[in-house]
Amino acid sequence: MKPREIRLSTTPTPEAIAELRLGDIVYLDGLMYTAREGVYMRALEEKANIPMELPSESAANFHCSPAARINADGSFDMGAVTATASFRFAKWLPEWMEKTGAKLIIGKGGMTSKDYKSYFVPNGAVYLSTVGYGTGALLGRGVESVEAVHWNEELGLAQAMWVIKCNKMGPFIVASDMNGDCLFERENAKIAQNIARVYEGTKPAVLKRYGESDDRSDEVI
Amino acid sequence: MIPIDLIQKTAEALMDKAAIEIPEDYLDGLQEAAKTEDGDLSSFVLKAMLDNYEAAKEDRRAMCGDTGVPRWFVKLGNDAQVEGGMCALETALRRATASATNGVPLRPNRVHPLWRTDHNNNVGIGAPEIEYGFEPEGDWIDLITVHKGGLFGSDYRMLFPSDGIQGIKRFYLDSLMAFGKRGLACQPAIIGIGLGGSKDICMTLGKRASVLRTVGSRNSDPRIAEMEDEFKELGNSIGMGAMGFVGKNMVIDCNIEVGYCHTGGMPMSVHAFCLSSRRAVARIYSDGRIEHRTDPDWFTPYQRRETVEWEPAREAAE
Repeated sequence: MKPREIRLSTTPTPEAIAELRLGDIVYLDGLMYTAREGVYMRALEEKANIPMELPSESAANFHCSPAARINADGSFDMGAVTATASFRFAKWLPEWMEKTGAKLIIGKGGMTSKDYKSYFVPNGAVYLSTVGYGTGALLGRGVESVEAVHWNEELGLAQAMWVIKCNKMGPFIVASDMNGDCLFERENAKIAQNIARVYEGTKPAVLKRYGESDDRSDEVI
Repeated sequence: MIPIDLIQKTAEALMDKAAIEIPEDYLDGLQEAAKTEDGDLSSFVLKAMLDNYEAAKEDRRAMCGDTGVPRWFVKLGNDAQVEGGMCALETALRRATASATNGVPLRPNRVHPLWRTDHNNNVGIGAPEIEYGFEPEGDWIDLITVHKGGLFGSDYRMLFPSDGIQGIKRFYLDSLMAFGKRGLACQPAIIGIGLGGSKDICMTLGKRASVLRTVGSRNSDPRIAEMEDEFKELGNSIGMGAMGFVGKNMVIDCNIEVGYCHTGGMPMSVHAFCLSSRRAVARIYSDGRIEHRTDPDWFTPYQRRETVEWEPAREAAE
């Protein structure tokens, strides 16, 4: 079955979000900003003023650092854009969502259903995953323009807050929904049925490690 | 004598090629995988990746926004001479890395581990890594750049002889399961396994097995070559595909490299060279000729030699 394709605004209505189903393919239009550990620490821990009107300008937070440069005349060249793994940012996301009204968290690998149920759903937010990973050139084509780069001096190019105007940017995959269900956990559960057969005949290493799980249906994130 | 400006110019061209053009052997492997894939979501992912490689080449933009941590492998023929010597060569490679980071552009990924200082050019302490190999004949140098992702998919473990092949299989599967879920390893990947060596060299062997060997190549030891076939199939029988979705393709190929280790141990490392398996190679001859290719051809009989002397071993083979 071919996945459904949907165009979505980066300031989506609650109805548009409620429509999304796990595994839908999404293309985005509107302003999106990048924010990862550097931006979260600066905004939430150092209490710096966020240099955008959120969420009215954008409710889409991309876990990304682009392959881009700032030219001598102050203009920008953006080549490829792809996401970085989001689970590392769980520590900051509840406060970030509350503060910025972010409705679309876009990144790599998603979060756990526990994260979705405890602060995504109450904030009316869903998770969109990039595809591949590494459709950087395709996503780059969806960048109509770079509107601004904030905090470049403080954080460097890779951690700065890039504001991107998207024109049918995608593909992304819907990885959580308003039930708080998780696409990746659904797939894990299907794969788990096969684990015992694949491991048949192998035995645990003679030298153990502290803290390790021998349950292969577990995740390491 | 190989002119130093030719080295820098060639290195810059290689940085550009590696970031933008997926190597033919990996592309062929992924196209084969796309044909056999029947999981809805993982099929969609593979097709999107194939479209992405096209878009990157058409637009001359990096194939992935995470352009990895650029590094260099330099192979020298025994008679090769570089203008200005080896320190000049290292400076040329550092310059090429910095200028391509701004030029392509690449993402300036390299930061200080503690202070997170970013020079915005992928150059810093120990970065880019430059590693060397030598061949008994020739007046050429091979420049190989690899832009490998840096966060997930690699692991190391000290196994012991009593763990045996079943223990090796288990650690291999553990690495695929742990980093395959949610596609953290950005599979389907070229999986490199390092067996033996001292701890650090075990990691190096596995890394080189994933980044310096092509899809379809086989170890010159026929019994290791059989293991490579078997491990590829084993990885693809998990039922996990791209992004950790249900699928048949996790391992585009599995390459194993070995080195002699401590008699009591059997260290093992696993590495995954991702959907953006970026490498580019050029041979520069002393007369200024340049030949571009994508096969690093690193693991020659000389690199895998077992004997004290090289010449007698070669004569015996002839």
